[in-house]
Amino acid sequence: MSTERLFSVRNAWFTTSVTTVVVIAVAAALAGFIWLPRLQTNARIAGVWDAICSAAGVLRPAPATEQIVQANYRTTSVVLAPRMLRNASAESIGRGATLALRCTMCHGARGLSQANSPNLAGQYPIVIYKQLQDFRSGARASAVMAPLVTDLSDQDMQDLAAYYAYLPRLPGYHPASAGPAPRIVVSGAPMRNIAPCGACHGGLDNKTGSAWLEGQPAIYLQAQLRAFASGMRHNDISEQMRNIARQMTPAEISAAALYYGSQP
Amino acid sequence: MLNSRRLILAHFWLAFAGFGLALLLGEWQMFIRSPLHAWIGDPEWYYRSVTVHGTAMAYVFPTLVAMGFGYTITEAALKRPLVGIRCAWLGFGLVAVGTVTAVVPVVLGLASVLYTFYPPLIGNPFYYIGVVLVVVGSWIWVALMSINLYLWKRDNPGRPVPLAMFANVAGSYLWAWTAVGAAIELLFQILPVALGITSTIDAGLARVFFSWTLHAIVYFWLMPTYIAYYTIVPRAIGGRLFSDPMARLSFALFLVVAMPIGVHHLFMDPQVGSGFKFMHSVFTALVALPTLLTVFTICASVEIAGRLRGGKGVFGWLTALPWRNPIMLAVAFSFVMLGFGGAGGLVNMSYQLDTTIHNTQWITGHFHLIFGGAIVIMYFAIAYDIWPHLTGRALVSFRLMRAQLWTWFIGMIVLSFPWHYVGILGMPRRMAFYDFTDPAIAPQAIPVMMSVAGGAILVISGMLFLAILIRGQRAPRITPDEYRFSVAVHEPRTVPLALNGFGLWLSLMVGLTVVNYGFPIVHLMSMPGTAVPAVIVGAGR
Repeated sequence: MSTERLFSVRNAWFTTSVTTVVVIAVAAALAGFIWLPRLQTNARIAGVWDAICSAAGVLRPAPATEQIVQANYRTTSVVLAPRMLRNASAESIGRGATLALRCTMCHGARGLSQANSPNLAGQYPIVIYKQLQDFRSGARASAVMAPLVTDLSDQDMQDLAAYYAYLPRLPGYHPASAGPAPRIVVSGAPMRNIAPCGACHGGLDNKTGSAWLEGQPAIYLQAQLRAFASGMRHNDISEQMRNIARQMTPAEISAAALYYGSQP
Repeated sequence: MLNSRRLILAHFWLAFAGFGLALLLGEWQMFIRSPLHAWIGDPEWYYRSVTVHGTAMAYVFPTLVAMGFGYTITEAALKRPLVGIRCAWLGFGLVAVGTVTAVVPVVLGLASVLYTFYPPLIGNPFYYIGVVLVVVGSWIWVALMSINLYLWKRDNPGRPVPLAMFANVAGSYLWAWTAVGAAIELLFQILPVALGITSTIDAGLARVFFSWTLHAIVYFWLMPTYIAYYTIVPRAIGGRLFSDPMARLSFALFLVVAMPIGVHHLFMDPQVGSGFKFMHSVFTALVALPTLLTVFTICASVEIAGRLRGGKGVFGWLTALPWRNPIMLAVAFSFVMLGFGGAGGLVNMSYQLDTTIHNTQWITGHFHLIFGGAIVIMYFAIAYDIWPHLTGRALVSFRLMRAQLWTWFIGMIVLSFPWHYVGILGMPRRMAFYDFTDPAIAPQAIPVMMSVAGGAILVISGMLFLAILIRGQRAPRITPDEYRFSVAVHEPRTVPLALNGFGLWLSLMVGLTVVNYGFPIVHLMSMPGTAVPAVIVGAGR
């Protein structure tokens, strides 16, 4: 036994086990990479090499005969990461305060609107930054905002975001309390693929890029949800809000808007 | 000859304490999601609980059982003291510290990412560091198993390695290689993001690495159970092991075919090509080979026991079996659950059939039936079998043990069969809230409530198990005989070189891993623009 060598062609255990494994692997590969792909009538597989590449998961260009549908509107090009624009410097906030003078007409002297424009005081910086970018690129259309952002640099937008994020979230004008949180805010509607509003927008949790909604004007929130539902507004990343708003009933839209509008 | 009793007991007690707590969480999760309880209003609590339940049950509990049982086998089968007892305590300490490190951020709501991590979800770094510590602690055990076997072989040249030790070391090697996938994912993908060094992650690649671990880890959990089938059951019921080489071959085959199959968890993932999915499907099917070998050998061994006890005829030996012996009961229940679970698994591993039940409660039902049922019930049997040898005190009440095993079996069936059923109806898994007022899913309310009842039976059974062990710690002292393993019908005097070591099987395991995972990993790593921004859990709090 001591003279027996394991890794040797003379050892039947070695030859049998390796042969068996190789035969199974090769047979599985032949079936999975050549035979099965070529049975697919809809996969547009040209030859053996094409079948192998397809089954291996190599990206292939779409066939030239097929039209690629392009949206006839701009979508956002902003990429958000969780730790973006945190810890702004005092200089940045100061510059933002100066730049913000031109925003006061609608958004209030300290970022609290009396005109059903969004309250910006205490909003997450990446939310403000992203909207400014989208207004400039045209991903979000607004006759009022578009001329105001055309001459803003990237740094200006970061400064504005830093300034508004720095302002305290003071309660502005609030109508009477809308009562307990509606079902759509706490539970969503799983059967229609609607996550709870609160899972991203505060109440339960906050997710990167989701706006702080509590205390925003209900009319504004309602208008935005309707715009998402109709496709008028289309600057949400990966269509997240459009997919949600489209599934919401008008009653759910107004319930959610009223609830968030009445929160301190 | 068990010298390291305190070490082994520490492993088992920590394992079972974690099991007891996680069991309660599991039942709570089912209860609050069911129509029996109003919606708790905040999914966060549910996901915290699932994360702790999964982390404790999947990483900590079976790993500690395998480690403790491994040390028992090393001393009892090799009949010599464990080498490296200090390192063993260090490994235990790492697992214990790692568990606490991982659980604290989850409880604080900073890492509700579930035990499968789900990147681009990213939690608090301490959660992942804790899991890494648990794995590092278990790798110390792997090294010790290997060293102890090596030293024994050096002193006993040419002698066959005792079957229990052969199987034990096979399990440890399987775990060492299995854990590499998740370790790469944690160290090179998730932790850099969690620590704030990078902000994006290639979630598709991370899922491929995790699948490397995710399926073979199940066979690592299974190893103590299979070792118990082969080396405890025949002895405990007064029979003989039908075939020693067949047992060795099963464990060797597990090494080879358990690894290159994890992509069947990614059948719905677009980043892996269909050819590789098919290959993994084929190798998953091959797991039937060692499984059926085991079913045959154990049934034959049990039949030997039945015939030695005077059973006659085609089925007469069944009635002659010692059904009042808890080990007999456990192995029977284990086989029934393995049968149903395995049949369900055939659906999961099939590329086409899987589409129906992928990510539904069917999957939850499947792995609870296999792991929580077939595997864990044998962990109970192992504990009952070695407890007197560890504590020097007798476990007196067979009645309690039988009641515990019966309730576990019934509870697991009542829990998991309705889950399979609602899974076929399309009920998704891992959701915090189901709106049972919706007519589309209202009919699922009854099976869901049945599952909750099954879970309640499991809680009773689990508590009974802990009570039996605690009672055993306070029973009158005895002097147990030497701990023995099963004897084969033909005890091997020599075994083929291939079945006395792992060189051949480990080479095939690594080779097949490279064949089945090499291209998908290299391909995904070389593809530009696949990283997505991480989603930090609990960032808003």
